[in-house]
Amino acid sequence: MELNDAVLDHLRRVAALPDLTGTRYELESEIGRGGMGVVYAARDRQLDRRVALKVVDSALAGEARLIARLEHPGIVPIYETGTLPDGRVFYAMKLVAGARLDHYMAGAPSLGERLRVLRRIGEALSFAHARGVIHRDLKPQNVMVGGFGEIYVMDWGVEAVAGTPAFRGPDAHLDRLSDIYSLGAMLQFMLADSAPRALLAIAAKAMREDPAARYPDAPAFLADIERFQEGLGVEAWSEPIWHRLRRFTSRNAVLLWLLAAYAGVKFLLFFLKIL
Amino acid sequence: MNKILVGLVFGLILGAIDGATAWFTPEVRPAIAGIMVGSSIKGMIVGLFSGWFARRVHSTTWGIVLGAALGLLFAFLVALMQHDHYLAIMLPGFVVGAIIGFLTQRMGVQEPAKV
Repeated sequence: MELNDAVLDHLRRVAALPDLTGTRYELESEIGRGGMGVVYAARDRQLDRRVALKVVDSALAGEARLIARLEHPGIVPIYETGTLPDGRVFYAMKLVAGARLDHYMAGAPSLGERLRVLRRIGEALSFAHARGVIHRDLKPQNVMVGGFGEIYVMDWGVEAVAGTPAFRGPDAHLDRLSDIYSLGAMLQFMLADSAPRALLAIAAKAMREDPAARYPDAPAFLADIERFQEGLGVEAWSEPIWHRLRRFTSRNAVLLWLLAAYAGVKFLLFFLKIL
Repeated sequence: MNKILVGLVFGLILGAIDGATAWFTPEVRPAIAGIMVGSSIKGMIVGLFSGWFARRVHSTTWGIVLGAALGLLFAFLVALMQHDHYLAIMLPGFVVGAIIGFLTQRMGVQEPAKV
């Protein structure tokens, strides 16, 4: 039998498939490859449900367990970790039904919805940072938007991962501030060209080349987003006076209309009396 | 500051300012102090009801509607006592009531519902 390239590729793929003998999982199909390893769809025979099974190198076992300890609504829950006969480590996690953020964005969601998604991502990041875990590879491909609007940040990074160029800052050493840069890049990605200046300024501040000039942490970034949503001035942009005035009038439009109505009524009565 | 207090404070201030505008009407100028006091009390009553309403219903639109209606009602009662100046009392009273209704919705602390 002749071994052509297609046959060799097939054999390589089959050989790389994880041997799940002795586990409760049954392999279904490969669903993705990330910096850390390969993700498969599998069936949990014991609980009769589908799960996502991530298989990583044994060197990453410790960090995989660290990520597994992150319990947050914005982080995909890990059900179980284990070791395969070939020494590789696997962890079973919730199989999220939904769309990847880059695909979700193709549906042109409203600005409010984009900011809701970004805030959920920021909250997950903030939670992980507080527990000493950094993502290292935050990008739209690593965020899932579930069918109920829930947001999951996936593929939490380990030392081996160096980030994705478009979403990675110039930092030589990846740390929390590198994640802030990526968060800013995500915001920029999620905004249209005609986005409000204040939001573009927030993204720009998060993406400053000098890490010290960025937001010091995710909560500070989120606070600026919240300020924008509440119609307040943002820390990232010292807006011109005319813009501040416009923001004030749009924020207090009803009150200004009522005051104008009062002044109008008084003037009307005054002139009616003269006439 | 709770919403009833917001209503009372703004009712007092706006009522006093509204009463003070009577200064522009020379024939009632001598009675301006009484007008200001009466207008302040009227504003405070509207503020009290608007604040009470704002604690129960969180809606700017309905706050404005109720405030305007109360402002109109109490201004009508005041005008009825004067037997005159119906338009000059009721029209500004209506708008001041709307402003108080708006402010009680937007300002002050929304107290948690009792369980």
